[in-house]
Order: sequence, then structure tokens, then C-alpha cells
Amino acid sequence: MAIRIILEKCTGCSLCIKTCPFGAIKIQDKKAIIDLSKCNLCGACVDSCKFGAILIEKTTLTKVNLNEYCGIWVFAEQKKSLIQPVVWELLAKARELAEKINTEVSAVLLGFKIKEKAKELIYRGADKVYVVDDESLVNFLDEPYTNILINLIQKYKPEIFLCGATSIGRALISRVAVKLYTGLTADCTGLDIDLEKRILLQTRPAFGGNIMATIITPFHRPQMATVRHKVFASSKEDRTRKGQIIEESIDGILLKGRTKILEIIEEIGSTVNLSEADIIVSGGRGVGSKENFKILEDLAKVLNAGVGASRAAVDNGWMPYSHQVGQTGKTVSPKIYIACGISGQIQHLVGMQSSKIIVAINKDPDAPIFKIATYGVVGDLFEIVPALTKKFKGVL
Amino acid sequence: MDYLLTDEQKLLQELCRKIAEEKIAPVAKELDEKEEFPWQIIKILAQSDLFGIFIPQQYGGLLNLPEGKNIGGVLDLCIATEELSRACGGIAVCYAASALGTFPIILYGNKEQKERYLPDLAKGGKLAAFAITEPEAGSDASSIKTTAVKKDGYYVLNGIKHFITNGGEADIYVVIAMTDKTKGPRGASAFIVEKGTTGFNFGKKEEKLGIRASVTRELIFDNCKVPEKNLLGKEGLGFIITMKTFDVSRPGVAAQAVGIAQGALDLALKYAKERQQFGKSISSFQGIQWMLADMATQVEAARALVYAVARMIDNGNTSVSKESAMAKLFASDVAMRVTTDAVQIFGGYGYMRDYPIEKYMRDAKITQIYEGTNQIQRNIIFLQLIKELAK
Amino acid sequence: MNIIVCIKQVPETTEVKINPETNTLIREGIKSIINPFDMYAIEEAVRIKEKYGAKTTVITMGPPQAEEALREAIAMGIDEAILITDRSLAGSDTWATSYTLSKAILKLGSFDIILCGKQASDGDTAQVGPGISAHLDIPQVTYVKKIKEITEKSCFVERMTEEGYEVILVSLPCLFTVVKEINEPRLPSLRGLLKAKQTNILKWSAKDLNLDETKIGLKGSPTQVIKIFTPPSRCGGVIFKGETEEVVEKLFSVLKKEIP
Repeated sequence: MAIRIILEKCTGCSLCIKTCPFGAIKIQDKKAIIDLSKCNLCGACVDSCKFGAILIEKTTLTKVNLNEYCGIWVFAEQKKSLIQPVVWELLAKARELAEKINTEVSAVLLGFKIKEKAKELIYRGADKVYVVDDESLVNFLDEPYTNILINLIQKYKPEIFLCGATSIGRALISRVAVKLYTGLTADCTGLDIDLEKRILLQTRPAFGGNIMATIITPFHRPQMATVRHKVFASSKEDRTRKGQIIEESIDGILLKGRTKILEIIEEIGSTVNLSEADIIVSGGRGVGSKENFKILEDLAKVLNAGVGASRAAVDNGWMPYSHQVGQTGKTVSPKIYIACGISGQIQHLVGMQSSKIIVAINKDPDAPIFKIATYGVVGDLFEIVPALTKKFKGVL
Repeated sequence: MDYLLTDEQKLLQELCRKIAEEKIAPVAKELDEKEEFPWQIIKILAQSDLFGIFIPQQYGGLLNLPEGKNIGGVLDLCIATEELSRACGGIAVCYAASALGTFPIILYGNKEQKERYLPDLAKGGKLAAFAITEPEAGSDASSIKTTAVKKDGYYVLNGIKHFITNGGEADIYVVIAMTDKTKGPRGASAFIVEKGTTGFNFGKKEEKLGIRASVTRELIFDNCKVPEKNLLGKEGLGFIITMKTFDVSRPGVAAQAVGIAQGALDLALKYAKERQQFGKSISSFQGIQWMLADMATQVEAARALVYAVARMIDNGNTSVSKESAMAKLFASDVAMRVTTDAVQIFGGYGYMRDYPIEKYMRDAKITQIYEGTNQIQRNIIFLQLIKELAK
Repeated sequence: MNIIVCIKQVPETTEVKINPETNTLIREGIKSIINPFDMYAIEEAVRIKEKYGAKTTVITMGPPQAEEALREAIAMGIDEAILITDRSLAGSDTWATSYTLSKAILKLGSFDIILCGKQASDGDTAQVGPGISAHLDIPQVTYVKKIKEITEKSCFVERMTEEGYEVILVSLPCLFTVVKEINEPRLPSLRGLLKAKQTNILKWSAKDLNLDETKIGLKGSPTQVIKIFTPPSRCGGVIFKGETEEVVEKLFSVLKKEIP
């Protein structure tokens, strides 16, 4: 349907075959043909063809006037009135993007008795902060938060909207994007601008990190993205920065929702939020028991680190599921990931391989974890981890 | 080998293989070590409908039993037992022993008894057990001492049964007791006894060499009052019921043996390919190759015999004592040989409990002993040979 | 009560690799499976059915072979299955997919609970679930780890957060996306497998759903993939060897510099 080969232009050079991630192209009678049942219309071949022989016919349904939209917005997620660290990362990235297209950065802050915090956003890089303060916004609820964001976006028309890929962000922004009929790219690890087209280039992992995809939202606005924690550097606080704080009054009807939080339970042991942790000490099958995790927790305490666990450790009941890192658990990318007694099954690796430094401590020299570890130690974690804890205790 | 299984039987086989690999294999070692009854696996088997495959649809099972037949699904039961045994012979026997306890009710139960007991058994909500063996009555079943005396609408049971698989865990027991000692073997009767009946208690749990995830207990009857309506068939049928039950249940034991042997063969083959000695994998040595070839041939021959006998029963053949005994005898001897050879292929590692193979050898041994020792099987076979000659 | 489960057939993710020489996805021999997170949604639907009584329907959008995934769901105890399949839907992004699924749900008639896995293991977007609830304008709770109680008009659930969980009361109808902790998916039953073999899977095309052509497939998708590539592969680094004291010293000295 929408993709075709212009036979006159095709030279049968087979370059497109090499770029097709889905194996959908073959050469027949010296011309490329596309197997539509395999084709995913990703467009990789279009870019690869030097002869402009591949065409994706996409009707441009530009209902929105792209020029009406300007500015970069950041959703300033707060919990218990504390702005979440991922927001500082978003602000830093937003500033960088804003410089490129010469526009301003705004933050939107929803909560209760939260106005005071707006300044922090300015210190960290926002030019404007839109604040909605209402008792019903004290905790995140899908519907009122969605309604307010839609209302503000329609009113101010930002061209780019960024949000942390937190459990709140991913639920909220998906809903907002659908209601606004615009594109959303989840869990981005790279953001850039195509200066020529003034378009946001959003890069994200797919297939558990085995492939990367760059995605654009060419004809809809705002271009929305959620961003993975810890991938971008935080912006530094500059208490001299000036900006504008705009209090928005909101029609009460927007605050209505059909869900109600009855209770918020913080689980013991998960004091350091894994997604936000700079360091994670993680344990697997090799740790051997629930009691032995204490050794890891001791090191974590000294390093102010979070404690992670492989699926094996969680399935054995040694750690609660909220600590699980990997395909069916959390995806983390801390500065340092210390894997103790984790063999490194691919399902685990996909959840932590974007960490900056990976330390592997394992008895088995053939454990796959060593293939990706920055630093590896072949040895007994029960000797090494306590010794390491002792060392750090001396200096931290 | 293609055993021309129906599509349904293939589905069953695939499902059981999946359960064995995903659910049983990961816990087999632990349950063996702890000698812990595998309730969590029983629940999965129940949820997957495996307890219903040999119970007629009218009683809540899955078996589509043609008019005029009273038994079927034996091949299905063998397929299931074999696949489960590949991962753990101990867990599989908990399942097969419940079938053993259910068969007398299917074969000899009246409509009321079937309606009362089979639906729960088909669902797997309750397990069954069969109890004949006593401390003094093993192979010589005719010397059982447990008595049942009829009184005021009840039979009062007194005596001890021992080595009862599923004892204590099962809810429904078929118990053989003497109603008339003067008649010898013709004085035995079969009763359905429910767990919780006053005067019905459990004795010690045995510590075993193998099949350690299964439980073997003593049943103690102390003036246990069993309602008259729980008599299976009629008085004096006890041994007939036992023999007919064993005729249809022995292929199940044989299938268990085939499964254990196949499981050991699978592991040995894999190990032989991986294990390096003298600079190459040990599977490149002809000595090992021939061992594995012999093992595979024996397992296949045993399976062929078991499936053939199971088919005979499912097709309505009622005189299968000889064939049934042959299947049990042959398959269990194969299991013992093949598992012993598998340990041999593993060498020193094979003897260590860190490796899974020694468990197969321990589990295999019982198949030569229970549901009639292999010596008794030979008696049965020879008896039939003589009878056939006389014809 | 009517429960709808939305599932996706995905390639066994962790096996998907790019052949470094040809830069193509290696697809040979890769099994298609039900997205692992959707298995929890299916299981939860069956559990609700067993506990409260309900009619359960599973929906997927995909190529004709996605029928397999639907049959697997039936084998686990789901009552009915619908496959939305149409060439014109190819290239749908999460917006277009959630639009299409929401239309199919509306066509089914009344519903009380929609269940989705928290995300698909191939795309990892976690957007389609919330997208469906937005299209249908119903409340949603994401990352549900427990459905505590369902009453006539509402439902008590626990929602997993980074720090712990929240107990949430939500009015019906609503949509939940579920996490692994919610249950352990069962294996199929024999009855289920036999039923799955015989069940007629309803197939709906774009036309059957009266879809707005401008909102489906590649054309209707606001996002566009412009490039796919292999991430720079991580190589093994330094392995420290020696006595415990020695390796700990080495590890300590390299890590010390990195600690914020």
C-alpha cells in the first residue's frame, strides 16, 4: 500500500536489503521488491536508497499549524511536594534543545501548597513555571492531571513536551497524547533536534535494548517524549537565575476524576528509589538466601545505594518484586551497577546494560555478566562484598 | 517412533511436557531432599485437567466413554505419567497413585458411589489411594489381617495397612479387608473409606530411598465404622477387584518407569555431548555411543509395549493380566538398567547429589517393587502361559 | 460482568538481534509468543471470572498468525477471542493502535474491566493501555499489582509505585495495566486446549470497525520511525584477579573516583 519501489530509479544495488531490519526486501530481476507482509513501514530503506527509488506515500494530514507551537515544556513531577530528580535532568536537556531552536523552557508544576517550589525550577533552568495549586492535586491522579495538562497545552501550545519515564509519567503522558492526538515516544535515551526541519529526534531502545530506533512526530504538536531516568545529566542549581511564575486557575470540573487514593504505603527496604539511585548493589542466585542479602544491603547503606535483585532472587523470595531489575522488572541506568552473584542472563542485562559502570562479582569466570562488565572480579562475593564495605566505610 | 497418537493425545503429551519442564523440573531436587509432598504441583495438574483424563465425562472427567465400556483413557494416563516422570518420578507417582485409587471405583462402583466420589477426583480437588499391603502381607496378599465386620448398617474395620502411597494426603481410600476369614482369598472385600472417618488414623511416614516427594504412610483402622453403602461391588470380591485394578493400573507404573528411563537418557545424552575427557567430548567414544544406543533402544521397546497394552485396555480387552504384567516387568527393569548406565556415563559426578542423575536411579528402583514385585509379575505371566497351553 | 483483555503477539524479545554484517533483524527461528506481561492480564481475567463470574474476551490486533496467541489465551480459560487484522493497519503507532482497539471494544458492547499488560516486551512503550482508556474516556490505573475487591460499581486495587504502592478506589468501567507481581499465569488446561482448537476466532477488518481511515495504520500515526540501528555493544572491561584483599583494593580505587 503505502510503500513502493520506483522501478525506473531502482538499480538493484541491494543497499536497501542490508538496512531493512525486517528482512522484507529482496532483489528479483535486478529490482528490489518488498514483501508487504514483513514490511513494518519503518522507512529505514528510504533513507538508505541513494537513488530515491523507494517511496513511502504518506498523506500529510497537517491539521495543525506547526508554526503556532513554540517553546519546550517539562513536566515537573512532584511527590510529597518534592520535585523529582528526573526533572532536573529534563530541564538540562530542555535547555540544550532550546538553545538550538532559540526558544524558551517552561515547567509545569501541579500539586498542593507547591508554589514555593516553583523557584527551584527556575534555578535549574526554567524560564517560566506554570503552577496549578489545588488540594485535589496533592497526589498524582490520572484524570485531573491529564485534564489540566491538556488544558494548558491547548492554551499555550508548546512545540515539545518532555516528561520523566516514571510510573506516573508513563501513565499520564500516554493519556494526554491520545487526547491531544499527537505523537509520543516512550522512554527516550537520546533527544536531539533536526535543525533543518525544526523537529525533535527521539531515540529509544526497543526489543529489550537490542535495537535502537529514532522516532519523529512530524505533523502533530506538541512532540511528546518520556525520558529514561539517569540518562541525561542534571542541571546545576543557579540561585541567581530569574524567571516568571505563572499561577493558573483551573475550572473545578477539570479536577474531577473517577479514581481515589485511599492509602499510600511505602515499603520498608526500598528507601532508595531504584530508578533514581546513582548506585545500585544488586544480587542474584549466587547470594543464596534472604539473610545473605544483608551483606549487599550493608554495602548499599555505605554507598547510599539502592538494592536490586535478579529475577532468580525475587522468585526465591529473597527480595520483594519492587527490587527486581530486568525484563519483567525495572529498567535502571545508574552510574554504578554492582552485580553480585548474578550470572547475567539476557533478561537481566536488558534491565541494566545502560548503566555507566558495571561491576560484576561472580564465582564463575564464564558467567555472561563478565562480557559486559566494566570491572569484573572472579571470586567469592561473601568475602569481596564485606571487604569492599569496610573499605568504603573508611572514606565515606 | 510414531505411536499414532490422536490429536488430543498429542495435545496432552505437549501439555504434560510443558508442566514437567516448567513446573516440576525446577522443584524436583528440593522436594526430593525435603521429602515434601508436592501439593503445589498437584494443584497445577488439577488445574490442567489431568486428573480427569481417565474419568468418564458423565462423572466430571474428560473421557468420552462409548456405551457398554467401563474403562478407558489408560493410554492417556500412561502418556501423562510418562511425561511427568521424565522430570520427577516421585511427583508423578502421587498422580498415578491417585489413579490407582480411583480405578476400583470406576470399575466396580455403583452409580451412587461414582456420582459421590468421581467428580471430586476428576477435578483433582481430592486425591485417592489404594490400600492392600500390610506388614505381614506383601507379595502374599492373601494373608491380610485387616477385618471388616458388618454391624448395624456399618462395617467395622480393624487392622493396619502400610506402605500406602498418598497415605495421609489422599481423601478417598479403597481398602481391602477380610469380611470372612474362613473363605480365604474369597473372603476379602473392598471398601471406600474417607479421610476423617472416626477410627481411621495415620501412622508413621516412611523414609524412602527414592520417589521421596511422594508420601508413603501407615493407615490404622481402630473400630473404624464405614457405612454399608461404601462396600464396592459385593462381599468377597476384594481380590478380584484388586487384580482387575492392577491389570489396568500396571501400565501406569510401567509408563512411570519409561518416563524415568527417558529422563535419565536425556540427561546422559546431553552430558555425554558436553563432557570433555582426553581432549574431546566423551560422546565421541564408541563405548559411550553404544551404551546410549542400547539405552535408547530399551526405552523405546518398553514404551512400545506399554502403549500397546494400554491400547488393548482402552479397546475393551478385559483379559490383560499377562500383558499388563509384562509391561510393568519389562519397563521397570529397563528403567533400572538405563538409570544405572546413565549414572555410569556421568562418572564420579553421577554419584554426587549436586547432579540430578543419581535421583533417577533411586526413583527407578521402586518400579521393580511396587504394585507387585517383578517376581510376582513373572508368576502372573507364567500362570497365564500355562492356562493358555491348557486351552 | 464483562472483562476484556488486550494482548499482543511479540517475538521472543531477548533473542532479537541485529546481524552485524547485514544490519538486519535476525528473525529466523524466533518464536512468536504472547507478550509476557499480557499473560498476567489473561490470568487475572480468568481469576476474576472464577471468583466473581464474568465473560472474558481477548482482543489482539496483528497479522493473521496472531490467531495463535488468541488460541493460547482461550486455552488458559478466556471465553472468546477477536482478531483485528487488516493490511491498512500496518505501521500503526501507539496512538493508532489504541484508537483501533478502543473501536473494537466499543463494537463488543458493554464492558466493566479492561486488562492490559503494563507494556509490550518488543516496543516497551506502556502507552497502548492508557491510550485505550483515553480513547474510551474511562478511568485507568496503571501498574496494578493486586485487584483486591470488585463491587458492583467500583473496584479496589493496589498500584505499584517506585516507593511502594497505593490503594486506589476506581469506578467501573475502567482499565488496568498489570505488573508481574499480580499473579502467576497458569499453564493451559486440557479442556482449554481442546476448546482452543475448536473455537472460531472472530476476525474484524478496518471496515468492520468503521474506522476513520485517516486515523489508522501508518497514515494515522503521529509518530514515524526514521531510523533503526544496533546500539553500540558493550565490551567486557578489566577483570581483576588475585587475593581478595588485592582485588578489593583495586576495585575500591577505581570506584572511589566515580562515587558522586
